[in-house]
Amino acid sequence: MLSIKNLHARVEDKEILKGLNLEVKAGEVHAIMGPNGAGKSSLASVLAGRENYEVTEGSVTLDGKDILEMAPEERAREGVFLAFQYPIEIPGVSNINFLKTALNEIRTHRGLDPMTAKEFLQKSKEKQALVEFDAKLVNRSLNEGFSGGEKKRNEIFQLAMLEPKLAILDETDSGLDIDALRIVSRGVNKLRSENNAFILITHYQRLLDYIVPDYVHVLSDGKIVKTGGKELALELEEKGYDWLK
Amino acid sequence: MTTKQLESPLYESLQAQFEIVSLQDQHEATKAYRTQAMETFRALGFPSIKNEEWRFANVLPLVKTTYEVSADKNAQISEETLAHAQSLIAAHKEDILPKLKGEEKGAYRLVTINGVFSKELSFLPDNAGITISTIGEAVDHPGYQEYFGKIVTLENNAFASLNSAMFTDGLFIELKANTVLDMPIHIIKVKLASGNALFQPRNLFIVRKNAQMDVIETYISDADNEAAILINGVSEIALEENAHFFHYDIQKGCKNIRKIQRNEAVQQKHSNYSNYTFTFPGSSFTRNNLTIHLNDEAIESHLYGLYLTAGEQLVDNHTEVHHKKPNGESNQLYKGIIMDKSKAVFNGKIYVYEDAQKTNAFQQSNNVLFSEQATVHAKPQLEIFADDVKCSHGTTIGQLNKEAIFYLKSRGIGEEQAKQLMVKAFAFDVAEKIKIPALRSYVEEMIIEEMKGH
Repeated sequence: MLSIKNLHARVEDKEILKGLNLEVKAGEVHAIMGPNGAGKSSLASVLAGRENYEVTEGSVTLDGKDILEMAPEERAREGVFLAFQYPIEIPGVSNINFLKTALNEIRTHRGLDPMTAKEFLQKSKEKQALVEFDAKLVNRSLNEGFSGGEKKRNEIFQLAMLEPKLAILDETDSGLDIDALRIVSRGVNKLRSENNAFILITHYQRLLDYIVPDYVHVLSDGKIVKTGGKELALELEEKGYDWLK
Repeated sequence: MTTKQLESPLYESLQAQFEIVSLQDQHEATKAYRTQAMETFRALGFPSIKNEEWRFANVLPLVKTTYEVSADKNAQISEETLAHAQSLIAAHKEDILPKLKGEEKGAYRLVTINGVFSKELSFLPDNAGITISTIGEAVDHPGYQEYFGKIVTLENNAFASLNSAMFTDGLFIELKANTVLDMPIHIIKVKLASGNALFQPRNLFIVRKNAQMDVIETYISDADNEAAILINGVSEIALEENAHFFHYDIQKGCKNIRKIQRNEAVQQKHSNYSNYTFTFPGSSFTRNNLTIHLNDEAIESHLYGLYLTAGEQLVDNHTEVHHKKPNGESNQLYKGIIMDKSKAVFNGKIYVYEDAQKTNAFQQSNNVLFSEQATVHAKPQLEIFADDVKCSHGTTIGQLNKEAIFYLKSRGIGEEQAKQLMVKAFAFDVAEKIKIPALRSYVEEMIIEEMKGH
């Protein structure tokens, strides 16, 4: 599904990714771990198309399509979803209108008719229940006044609504208490399927107790330095990252 | 003349025209008022940009033009003009106010064509509690005698003085005590001219004790018209005890329109004056002066402004709020979206007099610059002479939050639509203050419409 080859990227003059390779197949969950400053969040930003990152070398394809040439909105329509580490508050933009606009843009791109208000509400209710998202929050302004946990849960709700091929969760576990972490993880587990894939970016092994990955990668200094199964996460928890350098 | 004044041929020709206007006026008191106002205007002259109040609004291009001055107060509208106006109004209603179509639903309609009141095209309330006439017909009305010329400040106001000296048309609306109008009055001002023309409408609105009304003002001109039209308008507004007046001024003119408007209101105890001045792309020059006198205790005043500017347009809002007695509350919220090479000015003054204890006066001006060439000048001024008051002001000038736009885009929403959502959200808290739902949705739709392609 996703194929990253020899990816180099920089912000201004600073090289952040230095030849990263990663293959993700449909149905898989990959965890990316690594020390602070290794480039984990940068990888997420580059994949989503954040403006200030410049790709200097390498390629990224999604189902064979080069996504590096695409604007962020085109990538989203092709099926890339980034759950933000710090979701943005946008007062005055209602959560539900925002989602309806986004969903219909994606549907149009896929050659589907826009959803009617009724269909949309139906879907919204189903997904709210699936990811245990509070109906009261759905009708508020986008993330405005949400707690840290509510914002993260809103990301998962959006993920459920937009049904991307590839979801990248950028430290979705950070700042969550154990209950919120369970709810978020349950949501993600319900959304896993044969047709989609997840990349979990995380500092802590804790998240991987709830969402069990197929692969664990260690990112260090802009490259993947080690890849293993879920047991690698436990090893990292015990030994830290220094032994890999 | 000092350097604060501009030399212009218009100034000279106005002097000459004044004699005609004055001769035509048969009403002694008004005539005396005109003469006095003309003297004030003569002394002031047109302001140059060296005048602090006009620093960012250069009127030189406006007063360099020669205009035909409508000096004939008995002017008739030709059948041709009437038919033309009729078609423009029909289009105006269909186009922008589908839910405010006069007798069909939602609003009364009051039409003026080049300042001349057209009963034929109007749909007026059938209510003994309201008087509607031209300002010229109202001279013997007690309301006119009580308030005309007593509200507007001429001192240091050249344009208001000029209007006071030379107005030939305008409306007089008085709502009697305890009258509550069931629907808003939509005043449509049609400006048609084959050559450059100067219009100086003079209105007087009186809302008596416990009365309440909503007025929506819009104006239309011919989009194909090349002739420069300068509108120098003054409205005097009086609210008596516990009167409520919701006053909407929706400004969306054609490029040939240049507008200088002064609205000045006096308020008595427990009254509420709410002004909504919303300016959209179109008119090349717009200067709004809004001055409110809270002359009694426990008064509420709300000043809501929105300016969405484009092209090379200038929109300048000057407000003055005078808190003179205790327990008053004023609230100013102005929001601007400045696009292309346009320029916006917000200058808001709050005066709290020594007697005006327990005053709450708030002022907020937020601006978004939408292009590199757009400019905004914002200047809040507070002068407080009482010691137990709550006053605040805040001004922001910025750009749309890039991170928020990226967030929206990362969900599949295109750049243009993301910006529209953001602008709509930015304007939301001022648009939501509009109490007429049809007008509110019209304003919101117009924001989206005017944003297209930016």
